[in-house]
Amino acid sequence: MSVLVYVENAEGKFKKSIFEAVSYAKAVANQLETNLVAISIGNVASSDLENLGKFGAEKVLNVTNDKLKTFVNQAYASVVAEAAKKESSTVVVLSNSFSGKGLAPRIGAKLEAAVADGAVDLPSTDGGKFIIKKTAFSNKAFAFVEMNSAIKVISLTPNSYKIEEVVGSANVEEFTSDIKDSDFKAIIKEIVRATDKVSLPDAELVVSAGRGLKGPENWGMIEELADLLGAATACSKPVSDADWRPHSEHVGQTGIAISPNLYIAIGISGAIQHLAGVSSSKVIVVINKDPEAPFFKVADYGIVGDAFEVVPKMIAAVKSLKANA
Amino acid sequence: MMKILVCISNVPDTTTKITFTNENTQFNTAGVQFVLNPYDEIALSRAIELTENGNGTVTVINVGEISTEPTIRKALAIGATDAVRINAAPHDAYYVAQQIAAYAKDQSFDLILTGRESIDYNGAKVAAMLGELLDIPSVSIIKKLDVDGNAATVEREIEGGKEVITIPFPFVAGTAEGVAEWKIPNMRGIMSARTKPLAVVEPVEVKTLSDVVKFETPTPRGTVKLVDAADPEKLIELLHSEAKVF
Ligand SMILES: Cc1cc2nc3c(=O)[nH]c(=O)nc-3n(C[C@H](O)[C@H](O)[C@H](O)COP(=O)(O)OP(=O)(O)OC[C@H]3O[C@@H](n4cnc5c(N)ncnc54)[C@H](O)[C@@H]3O)c2cc1C
Ligand SMILES: Nc1ncnc2c1ncn2[C@@H]1O[C@H](COP(=O)(O)O)[C@@H](O)[C@H]1O
Repeated sequence: MSVLVYVENAEGKFKKSIFEAVSYAKAVANQLETNLVAISIGNVASSDLENLGKFGAEKVLNVTNDKLKTFVNQAYASVVAEAAKKESSTVVVLSNSFSGKGLAPRIGAKLEAAVADGAVDLPSTDGGKFIIKKTAFSNKAFAFVEMNSAIKVISLTPNSYKIEEVVGSANVEEFTSDIKDSDFKAIIKEIVRATDKVSLPDAELVVSAGRGLKGPENWGMIEELADLLGAATACSKPVSDADWRPHSEHVGQTGIAISPNLYIAIGISGAIQHLAGVSSSKVIVVINKDPEAPFFKVADYGIVGDAFEVVPKMIAAVKSLKANA
Repeated sequence: MMKILVCISNVPDTTTKITFTNENTQFNTAGVQFVLNPYDEIALSRAIELTENGNGTVTVINVGEISTEPTIRKALAIGATDAVRINAAPHDAYYVAQQIAAYAKDQSFDLILTGRESIDYNGAKVAAMLGELLDIPSVSIIKKLDVDGNAATVEREIEGGKEVITIPFPFVAGTAEGVAEWKIPNMRGIMSARTKPLAVVEPVEVKTLSDVVKFETPTPRGTVKLVDAADPEKLIELLHSEAKVF
């Protein structure tokens, strides 16, 4: 028996969400009184692989096949499923990243395993059951899913589990597997990734703005505030529809769902479809000139005021806070 | 001639207040308006664009009981050629994917589209499961879909960017915003939808892998702490020393 965690890398590096996934998988392994094995595909430095021991991995399977340098979900699913079989894994954990979403269901279907997408907590294993809590109805509720299959696949929502360090280092082993050519039909032509910015799904802090900002030319102060805080920027749907901001920043029911530690909403009314994507943020701050804006009902902190006056003052305050730190 | 299958789900309208009954074990459908999942509408719109000028057909498929037929008719009104309903309650994503795979396996579709996720269970699972069950490629969240002969170029969303991928037919893709604009059915579409073919197919046997045993609604936040507009410094101070978010 074992728990297997797939450790996705971005250009050879692990992101914070991966350490969360490893910590989570370790806790599951402890619950089941078994070992934690990690599997990495692609070129990650061996020191980074050994370092996974600090989060609880005892062994790391390292797959360095040239054909697997870039992510092709079909082929990666074959490799992870094979490793799961070889390690007699009863639970496979992934991060619910964009790639994880393309991978977990394929692994599940291969192993005839139930898939819990977007888990937000550890499983409850009372009475021999295996029940996972996940968000449902676009963050308006949680569903508790009982997984009945022999193998279970869990993809963990980023920023929902605390990284826990332990004492230990991992043994790295090469892992090879035969993958059929038909797994490589999808061919990646180009990868465009802005590496200088915090990506929205991973961000701990998010500064977001809506139609209240009047036009794209006014986003300078939003970006400045975000940069100062090391936050990602987001926006409401009409803003990206009007091409004031890229679609990748659109959060909500039809955009992406995020759960950062801090979400600052500036000039956003708080429509139910917008809230669907952000309501699981830990702290919500609303800046809106209309005291009746629905967003205030779900906010922790707020200012009723004009963004064009308030935001520059917030920027100044963050600057002086940093200067005094 | 391109043959496209679009998977559609019937979900509570985006403004629905979500409540549960039977000691929080069942979604309370009383008074709830069900609609075509918004992402599936994007998939359908793109499928219709790709087959305009008569160079293909668009079949929509739904796993659902008879109550979903108004949503299926809406898809026909938007412009699908014909429809299939697998007569069963959609138990979980694996069940749905198995039903669709069983139907699609002998039908030689060039392209199978789903929405990126259904807005009720938000699984984003059906596309990739279907790909696996049919042993064809799948891309789960695409923002762009162009077809050239027997292959397509898609843009997949990744953290902080995108990937451009080319894939030969057949494959499965889950569509997100950007792939197409929502289409509104016109009068002619609505009229013709009534007479377009809607086949009802009985489900195949599928092993149950998961059950939802309970729901919970998030604990409401306390009342908002308002800071005076003249004093945003105070807000930053609170976020720093009280909420401790930076
Ligand atoms: C099927 C469907 C799906 C949808 N999905 C999404 C989604 O995923 N995400 C999303 O965001 N929306 C979504 N919407 C749209 C949603 O219903 C709202 O229309 C949208 O969120 C409103 O955006 P907004 O708050 O930026 O603009 P508005 O509603 O126009 O609000 C602007 C706000 O700015 C305030 N304001 C104006 N000037 C100032 C100022 N100087 N200073 C401070 N505040 C100011 C106003 O008081 C107002 O509250 C969806 C709608 C539908 C029907
Ligand atoms: N009952 C269903 N019938 C047909 N297609 C479905 C059904 N449920 C989900 N789908 C499709 O699968 C996509 C992803 O759903 P999900 O995996 O539940 O998030 C949806 O956008 C639909 O295209």
